[in-house]
Amino acid sequence: MHVIRFTLNGDPVEIGVRAEETLLQALRERIGLTGTKQGCDLGDCGSCTVLMDGEPVISCLILAADAEGHDVVTIEGLAEGEELHPVQRAFHETGAVQCGFCTPGMVLAAKALLDRNPDPTPAEIRSALSGNLCRCTGYTKIVRAVEQAAEWYRDGACGDNT
Amino acid sequence: MSREFQWIGKALPRVDGVAKLTGEARYTDDLQLPGMLVGKILRSPHAHARIRSIDTSRAEALEGVKAVATGPDAPVQYGILPVAEDEYPLAIDKVRFVGDEVAAVAAIDEATAVRALSLIDVDYEILPPIFDPWEALTREDVKIHEESKVANIERKVSLTFGDVEAGFAAAAYVREDTFFKAAASHAPIEPHSALAQYRDKKLTLWTATQVPHYVHRALAKVLRMPAEQIRVIKPALGGGFGGKGEPFPLEFAACVLARKSGRPVKITYTREEVFLTHRGRHPMHMKVKTGVGKDGTITALHFESLLDGGAHGSYGVVTLYYSGQLLTAPYVVPAYQFDGARVYTNKPPCGAQRGHGGVQPRFAFEVHLDRIATDLGIDPVEIRLRNAVQPNTRTVNELRITSCGFKECLERSSRALSWTERRGKLPRGRGIGIAGGFYVSGAALPIYFNPMPHSNVRIEADRSGRVTVFCGASDIGQGSDTMLALVAAETIGIPPELVRVISADTDTTPVDLGSYSSRVTFMAGNACRIAAQEVRGRVLAAVAEVYEVPVDQLEIRDRMVPVPGNEEKPLTFAAAVALAEARGGPVSGSGGYTPPKLAGSYRGGGVGPSPAYSFGAYAAEVEVDEETGEITVQRLAAAHDLGLALNPPAAEGQIEGATVMGLGETLWEDHAFLDRGQHASPSLLEYKVPTALDVPDIEAILVESVDPEGPYGAKEVGEGSLHPSIPAVVNAVYDAVGIWMHEVPITPESVLKALRKRGRP
Repeated sequence: MHVIRFTLNGDPVEIGVRAEETLLQALRERIGLTGTKQGCDLGDCGSCTVLMDGEPVISCLILAADAEGHDVVTIEGLAEGEELHPVQRAFHETGAVQCGFCTPGMVLAAKALLDRNPDPTPAEIRSALSGNLCRCTGYTKIVRAVEQAAEWYRDGACGDNT
Repeated sequence: MSREFQWIGKALPRVDGVAKLTGEARYTDDLQLPGMLVGKILRSPHAHARIRSIDTSRAEALEGVKAVATGPDAPVQYGILPVAEDEYPLAIDKVRFVGDEVAAVAAIDEATAVRALSLIDVDYEILPPIFDPWEALTREDVKIHEESKVANIERKVSLTFGDVEAGFAAAAYVREDTFFKAAASHAPIEPHSALAQYRDKKLTLWTATQVPHYVHRALAKVLRMPAEQIRVIKPALGGGFGGKGEPFPLEFAACVLARKSGRPVKITYTREEVFLTHRGRHPMHMKVKTGVGKDGTITALHFESLLDGGAHGSYGVVTLYYSGQLLTAPYVVPAYQFDGARVYTNKPPCGAQRGHGGVQPRFAFEVHLDRIATDLGIDPVEIRLRNAVQPNTRTVNELRITSCGFKECLERSSRALSWTERRGKLPRGRGIGIAGGFYVSGAALPIYFNPMPHSNVRIEADRSGRVTVFCGASDIGQGSDTMLALVAAETIGIPPELVRVISADTDTTPVDLGSYSSRVTFMAGNACRIAAQEVRGRVLAAVAEVYEVPVDQLEIRDRMVPVPGNEEKPLTFAAAVALAEARGGPVSGSGGYTPPKLAGSYRGGGVGPSPAYSFGAYAAEVEVDEETGEITVQRLAAAHDLGLALNPPAAEGQIEGATVMGLGETLWEDHAFLDRGQHASPSLLEYKVPTALDVPDIEAILVESVDPEGPYGAKEVGEGSLHPSIPAVVNAVYDAVGIWMHEVPITPESVLKALRKRGRP
């Protein structure tokens, strides 16, 4: 067991993890944040995407121990109380959620894109989301949702999230 | 529209959307119970072998192992179809594919469970395997299932309707083609998962299933427990597409292990296990022969199919019948012959996948029809319009067609791509194509014979003004919970946010048969409407009695029940419910939907009939790189007649998703096996489902024919919307570079090969 410390959704955490334990396992099984999904455990599907220092990472391919000292954001850390993050709200209102299993990773990948580039082209959106597989939506409404969120970003509706 | 809707036809965000967007929604693998064990399944490394013996003693002795199960722990056969109960939860005597389930363990953690699997000793006697369906058709010395009377044939079907010989004799032109559609797999992003708890002689199973009711029945049978002691709950579910549409070994194994160990047991499949579980699209070899008049009018059709079923029956007999039964529309076929067979092979079982049974024949027929049109110099849209089936008719195999917007689908999708101006006129390498399709809104007959409703809904209103809908329907991501809330709200006259939906829990919700055959909106929607009408009636009757006004002068609107002559003291909906509750107790309503009697008058006439059919026509635009053979789909206009769009963004989402799934099958997805039966691509890296970069925006066009029997006129939209996507692309490839692809997926290699072949004299 190794004791690690990192920031999770804005709060400091200190947990013991096994050397081979992935960040995904630590989040889901040790901390109990099950919003981060396991779709393949091989880095292929993107459903376990979380943000580490603002960048999307595949949490099934990252050792929990490597989170030491980093700032990790999961889907549970996005909404401010009742207030959905603009990307979440756009997904909800556009109909970009179906089964919802890819949704947490997709939303975080989209947030990372918009934080970096609040005015992406459809091609840039598709490229940024290409590591996140969705089997339900055909991606059309997801791209629409990210465009909508981008508009809100540009209108300054995101405040401190940008 | 005869009446104005308050909520229907407007965008309603999913009732579970916020929970799914915040990580709050609980899927089966997210559930934890105190003392929970991890279950794992040992799988066969051989494609075909007899099990001489299994020794689990070393595994049982391992510290941390709490239970081990093998076939004899649940020696009862099951199968989704009563005619094909040919599976055991864990193998008895034989294994039939690489990955077949042999034993299961429950241990304190995953590492211990995996280690325990390696300590189970299985003595196999290897048998010759069969992988090729043509070999399975004739080979007598190897029997994958001893029960097969002829070779390894599970079922053979021959159906004839009308005078086929005369139809071909009357034809001005006859064409025959062969086609092959490779296997595809559902690949839902959520792997199968099941959590079982056995306490006080009561079993609870939380499971990622499309069919809680069938799982409930199967558990009672296999575990030899009374159904009333078993509870099946479907938590949030991460995609099914048919892949979670029947009972699976992990569900039985979790229950057996929980019963043995006395502790809760959860089994979640790895991605590789999801692929081995399969039940996806059957690889299908097809021969199509059609006779037409000079103007392209169909005079006769003969279709033959050979289905490579894999190791078990699954839904396969239905797939086989559907493959033939679903070719008699959306074009009028006056004489029809169908000959098909499904065989067993030593591969993971095939079953039902989105668009079940009709997808492969639809690809074949639509390409074949384009070839006929090309041979005769008729425009592909025109030949389809000339043959289009009309509303309120019967097909030659007795399918009752009621509402039908097929012509409008053809017109709108072709117009979206400026068909007349552009077909045959685009620069080389670019082309457009069109294809049609149709599909059932649920099957008219249940899977197991019974006279009860296919869907039941109970609704309760309480004095707070809240309305709760209880229904066994399984929301697998398609949005059936939202549909139920919408139909209840519209019918009662209250905003959808007042409605809660409790679904897919066999202890608390009345039976709905499940999410398959694209049946839920039509059937559960109708049941919900009936139940909601009863609630509305009870509330209004109470108000009418108290205020002494005729009930037909009352309505429920905007959370209020305006009473004529009582305008100064407005009555809220909640107060109106309280009046009804004070008069007659709990305010509830119930509704059941049973389809009309529609079965054909012949053997096999039970597969194909549906209370309503959706129709569709898609126009695709592609670019073909003649250097690399790569095909890029540039545009796809998907017009689908869904009767009426209850919730347009949800309906579009179904069309967009199904179309892209179809594009995956057209260009990349091939669920293939290596020479000893090992899965060739058991990961999402190797099995190529479309990414956001691979596909265009799908232009969904909602065509509303308003079905007379659908809930508010709605029909299916989730499965038929896959059908036209494959042939539309194949036909566009011909327009682009002049090659006809008779096998999908169309690989760059096959394009280059076809281009070279066409180049030769």
